[in-house]
Amino acid sequence: MLDASEGYTTADGRKIGGVVMEMKNITLRFGGVTAITDISFDIREGEIRAIIGPNGAGKSSMLNVISGFYVPQEGEVWFRGAKRPQMKPYEVARQGIARTFQNIALFEGMSVLDNVMTGRLTHMKTGLLSQAIWKGKAEEEETANREVAEKVIDFLEIQHIRKTPVSRLPYGLKKRVELARALAAEPKLLLLDEPMAGMNVEEKEDMSRFILDVNDEFGTTIALIEHDMGVVMDLSDRVVVMDYGKKIGDGSPDEVRNNQDVIDAYLGVAHD
Amino acid sequence: MPARESRRWEEKTLVQTSSDAGGLQSIPALLERNVAKYGTFPAYREKEFGIWQSWTWSETAAEIEALALGLINLGVNEGDFIAIIGRNRPYLYWSMVAAQMVGAVPVPLYQDAVAEEMAYVLGHCGARFVIVQDQEQVDKVIEVQDQLHQFEHLIYLDPRGLRKYDHSHLHQFSHVQDQGRAAHDEFITELKARCAKLDYDSTCVMLYTSGTTGKPKGVVLSNRNVIESAKSSSEFDKLRRDDEILAYLPMAWVGDFIFSIGQAYWCGFCVNCPESADTMMTDLREIGPTYYFAPPRVFETQLTTVMIRMEDAGTIKKKMFDHYMAHARKVGPDLLDGKPVGFMDRLKYKIGDLLVYGPLKNTLGFSRVRVGYTAGEAIGPEIFDFYRSLGINLKQLYGQTEATVFITAQPDGEVRSDTVGVPSPGVELKIAENGEVFYRSPGVFVEYYKNPESTADTKDPDGWVATGDAGFIEPETGHLRIIDRAKDVGQMADGSLFAPKYVENKLKFYPNILEAVVFGNNREQCTAFINIDLSAVGNWAERNNIAYASYQELAGHPQVMETIQRHVEEVNASVAEDPMLSGCQVHRFVVLHKELDADDGELTRTRKVRRRIIEEKFADIIAALYDGSNKVSTVTEVTYEDGRKGSIKATLEIREAKVIPVVPQKVAAE
Repeated sequence: MLDASEGYTTADGRKIGGVVMEMKNITLRFGGVTAITDISFDIREGEIRAIIGPNGAGKSSMLNVISGFYVPQEGEVWFRGAKRPQMKPYEVARQGIARTFQNIALFEGMSVLDNVMTGRLTHMKTGLLSQAIWKGKAEEEETANREVAEKVIDFLEIQHIRKTPVSRLPYGLKKRVELARALAAEPKLLLLDEPMAGMNVEEKEDMSRFILDVNDEFGTTIALIEHDMGVVMDLSDRVVVMDYGKKIGDGSPDEVRNNQDVIDAYLGVAHD
Repeated sequence: MPARESRRWEEKTLVQTSSDAGGLQSIPALLERNVAKYGTFPAYREKEFGIWQSWTWSETAAEIEALALGLINLGVNEGDFIAIIGRNRPYLYWSMVAAQMVGAVPVPLYQDAVAEEMAYVLGHCGARFVIVQDQEQVDKVIEVQDQLHQFEHLIYLDPRGLRKYDHSHLHQFSHVQDQGRAAHDEFITELKARCAKLDYDSTCVMLYTSGTTGKPKGVVLSNRNVIESAKSSSEFDKLRRDDEILAYLPMAWVGDFIFSIGQAYWCGFCVNCPESADTMMTDLREIGPTYYFAPPRVFETQLTTVMIRMEDAGTIKKKMFDHYMAHARKVGPDLLDGKPVGFMDRLKYKIGDLLVYGPLKNTLGFSRVRVGYTAGEAIGPEIFDFYRSLGINLKQLYGQTEATVFITAQPDGEVRSDTVGVPSPGVELKIAENGEVFYRSPGVFVEYYKNPESTADTKDPDGWVATGDAGFIEPETGHLRIIDRAKDVGQMADGSLFAPKYVENKLKFYPNILEAVVFGNNREQCTAFINIDLSAVGNWAERNNIAYASYQELAGHPQVMETIQRHVEEVNASVAEDPMLSGCQVHRFVVLHKELDADDGELTRTRKVRRRIIEEKFADIIAALYDGSNKVSTVTEVTYEDGRKGSIKATLEIREAKVIPVVPQKVAAE
């Protein structure tokens, strides 16, 4: 089974490395409401880690803690071997964590390409002035960043909408553009908040394919929240199950599927 | 990006091209000439990562040489077959030429074919090597590899998703090239020796015909076939080095092979490959080809899109469009043919060009088209005239895989929508007693691979080939007119002529009708299946606030049925005017609940109707068309793109269409 430091090999033969991110005894409260109670788990290099749970279990809050948007009252977040101090979300982004949102958060009036380019922002170093003048360094930098953006566009097969304003795109494609923007940041850790919500079967299949390809091709570590159990069980290497802010299960999809607490949380139990 | 240095190639070829032009007996020889003559001009362009990447003839030659050396390194022998599967990409075109260089035979396959179809072709030609584009094609080949006894190595272009695959028989394209470059000194003498053996009689390519009946047949074309056809057709249309084409039609289709390899290597013009199938229209506009080829369906779709967008345009724009298009229809074709047109009309056409035609052509990507062809099916006169009136030199061409495309073509200035033109240079035509068209030319294929019976059936000892089409030559102009497939032409129960395609084409000219199938052989009356065009009818429904949840629901909508009925009745009126074919009026018809599709075997991959299969599959509906009932319930099996099967149930309404009573004998007597 799992070794604390070494990592493991998945059923399909992928080597999973050491711990990239570790959540230690996280507790998050909003006033009197405790959203997350004393949760610990880790995310390992190269794995696809799913967080599941019924509505209101605190999954999105957990993701927001990982992305630095929420600061937990108790507990520590360790990222790549160091305890993470309190950070602004953009500082977290600079550390190599990118995310997509449950409700799409793209710039609707901008083209797909421009949206993807915004994912490169953390990689741009030239100042406002030199970018406005558009000479030398700034121009080189934009070209280099555009190249990365174009590779992502090619990877996610959205060339045909490169110049289309996002507002004109159907929902499924917007989701893909959001993934493209996150990928353009070349993240070490990619957080996906319900990447398949509201999609039809075909779109889900496409999205699953892309998630697996991203993991396979770039070795990106992925943490995702998803409601579709079929998708979660097929995609992920390990699953954390939450219910009412508590962790009720953690392990491979098979282990989780057979865990009585998990079954109870999803199907309900008779109260006598 | 592959390495693109041109290396020693240039010096070497410059010395070798002392051989005269008559020595150009293979595609690799033409490549060598092009390097010497046009070395620094672009040979290929492909849009990738949002930018048009280009390769000059010299760079192309270096790439092809590296691949050819790599293929020898992998163990390709002379006479091997190398299957090539994927969308139009420079790398795959290079693969074909590299295959020829090492003495192998390239066999391009339709990339959208399902695994089973591929298995047949790969097994039939016994391909030892397969070069494919991406994971999708790799998966298909792996799925059927157990049925293929000769298959050994698979080479892929795009490594995405393939990392975990077993690489004992799987090779990345660029690695094969790298290995070829590394083994340059070891194999270059071998490569040159193999190249030197190529002559006019060696096989240039083998193309599988889509086959409206039965299994596909492998048409073997020699270098003579391809180069002679490319040469005479290029001269016929005065194609030049600086022409541009967009390669977007299936690589397995003979037309693409002749345009993108035959004519491109003969003339030295540049082949542009689109970024993806979805970006075709944008890429077309960016490249602005000067030589353009499309089946009628593409022109129809474009015209439908224009019309739909004009419906949505503002009043002023729409008025302007209608006004100037009317003028263009009046004088445009005459201007194109160089006929006399009055000064005022010319002036008005110029203004129209500035306001409407120019911008429209630009949007369509046709601004620079010097020569445009349509072939494969009949094109609707309205569609044809629309493009010609805009000043686009669109012409018709009649050809076949077995003829290396060209049988007849329309010369500039003699273009009409109802003929397919005069015999191409070097082609002889004759019409058999039953009306079937025969031809003989330097382009006539060598044989059907491993199928001497079919070869003998099609090609007689004197070299005459049966086209399978019935037609006649117009005495006054010498133009050929095609009526229908010879085997589809039949007789009605009363002995009058039955030519289904003639009626179907008339029906299909309506934008609302995508496909039509007419029945009536040996029957009292003709009946028809109709497929609606979802984009045209869907747009109409949207504008008229007609709600529909599915294709099936829209197809069965009473108002749609009304519209289709009007179309059918108009066609009947027009068919009735032809004394020979007036018996072919459609008495009853049904609007089908599903689109006829190649995946279900109802159409060929080039979208020709497969009558026998449709008759079997929809036997219940046909029976209902003839038994007088006004409704039929049916269950139809459908195949999804990934090969899974499902079924749809429907109850279809059968409608009667008004026919014009005609008494052919009386017409004949007058």
